Amino acid sequence: MTKRPALRRGVRLTYDDVRQTHVVLFPEGVLVPNSTATAVLQRCDGESTVNQIVEALAQRYAGVRKEDVESVLDRFAQRRVIEWR
Amino acid sequence: MAVNSVGPPMGLLAELTHRCPLHCPYCSNPLELIGRSDELDTDAWRDVLTQARELGVLQVHLSGGEPLARPDLPELVSHAADLGCYVNLVTSGLGLTAERMDDLAERGLAHVQLSVQAASEQTANRIAGTRAHQHKLRAAELVRQSGLPLSVNVVLHRANHDELPEIIALAEQMQADRLELANTQYYGWALRNRDALMPTREQLSAAEPVVRAAKERLRGRMEIVYVVNDYFDAYPKPCMHGWGARQFTVAPDGAVLPCPAATAITSLRLENVRDRSLREIWYESAAFNAFRGEDWMPEPCRSCDLRGQDFGGCRCQAFLITGDAAATDPVCSKSPHRPLVDEILAGTERPEFAMRGRA
Ligand SMILES: C[S@@+](CC[C@H](N)C(=O)[O-])C[C@H]1O[C@@H](n2cnc3c(N)ncnc32)[C@H](O)[C@@H]1O
Ligand code: SF4
Ligand code: SF4
Repeated sequence: MTKRPALRRGVRLTYDDVRQTHVVLFPEGVLVPNSTATAVLQRCDGESTVNQIVEALAQRYAGVRKEDVESVLDRFAQRRVIEWR
Repeated sequence: MAVNSVGPPMGLLAELTHRCPLHCPYCSNPLELIGRSDELDTDAWRDVLTQARELGVLQVHLSGGEPLARPDLPELVSHAADLGCYVNLVTSGLGLTAERMDDLAERGLAHVQLSVQAASEQTANRIAGTRAHQHKLRAAELVRQSGLPLSVNVVLHRANHDELPEIIALAEQMQADRLELANTQYYGWALRNRDALMPTREQLSAAEPVVRAAKERLRGRMEIVYVVNDYFDAYPKPCMHGWGARQFTVAPDGAVLPCPAATAITSLRLENVRDRSLREIWYESAAFNAFRGEDWMPEPCRSCDLRGQDFGGCRCQAFLITGDAAATDPVCSKSPHRPLVDEILAGTERPEFAMRGRA
């Protein structure tokens, strides 16, 4: 698995003080990712492979599964939040 | 839905001005445009943006009219971006120069939505009522060079539907990230031109396979969104994400609208940011609460399974066609008013369209 996910052009992951949660802002609208999805997105830098992202997450959180990370990434790819490099 | 379960808004459509150098016959802005002397000034707009962010707005669409006609556009882009909003410029492209584009990008503009009238220069300029097309080709280049994502928006109607394959090719040439092909919605000036703009059924059926093939071919490169006009459907398009649920509009004079077309509903008492805070207007005004939730719904919507999906259809369309904003959208096949829509579709009169600002 050498694919490297990155936020697409025009996509921003920021913190909303009003809702007190992370949000994804992009041309099509606004998404409110849960904490797992946020942790994954924060590591979509176009450099890290999926395996590296899974490893990085496993160092901080218990019970990280590769399938879960992949399914989060697939969903974001479908919604045009990330692309594969 | 009880009023206290209303959530904060996500989006603001800021119509900075109604002034515009184009004359599009399909323009959805109202028949009576707001003049320059009635526009909110820079400080008032800054205050609108600040209040909107405090209320929860994350996405700001700067539109009009032509937003580039406001000399304070750069300042407003900076302000909205500094507040943490995603700032989208909705423009005809007229008035965009390399300097302005770079300046806006530097100030934090996030995205540009550029409208194009047709594929061929001749058709495009005829629809725009002015020589706009070359400016748009140049504007697309400038957006591309700035590195910002570009959406191209084309409003479809009888005079440009046949150019659909070429329109898609043009958007590809412009290297758009996204192409929005929007069949004309009949509000404002467009409603006045409805008979002239209405595409034929042949045009609509020809469009479908063209769009499908292009979506397939361009997958991953350019996203294509094709929006139909629901007069031809059995069920209405949803009322946004619900009335007063996700987004609101501030008109050039400061009137706050639940829907961009809502000035059409003359029975609605609109409030103005000059008189009341956005927070009060969003949560407490009669206009925003008029069609929230389901309590206002008449039959057949009240007992229909689809009411959670389309919210009973469009309130503005209901008012414009039936005279009652609380009626079931007349486009719906279950509406007692559907014959009114069928009559419009059966009409054979095909007049020339009247240009905006020239009639
Ligand atoms: C009212 S315009 C204002 C911005 C700018 N003057 C322009 O036309 O790009 C906002 C957007 O609505 C689209 N639009 C205008 N009239 C419409 C209609 N009747 N139905 C659907 N979209 C429409 C335009 O193409 C544009 O993308
Ligand atoms: S739709 Fe055309 S006439 Fe209407 S505001 Fe946009 S460019 Fe101007
Ligand atoms: S009856 Fe009302 S809720 Fe049901 S489909 Fe028609 S408009 Fe929508």
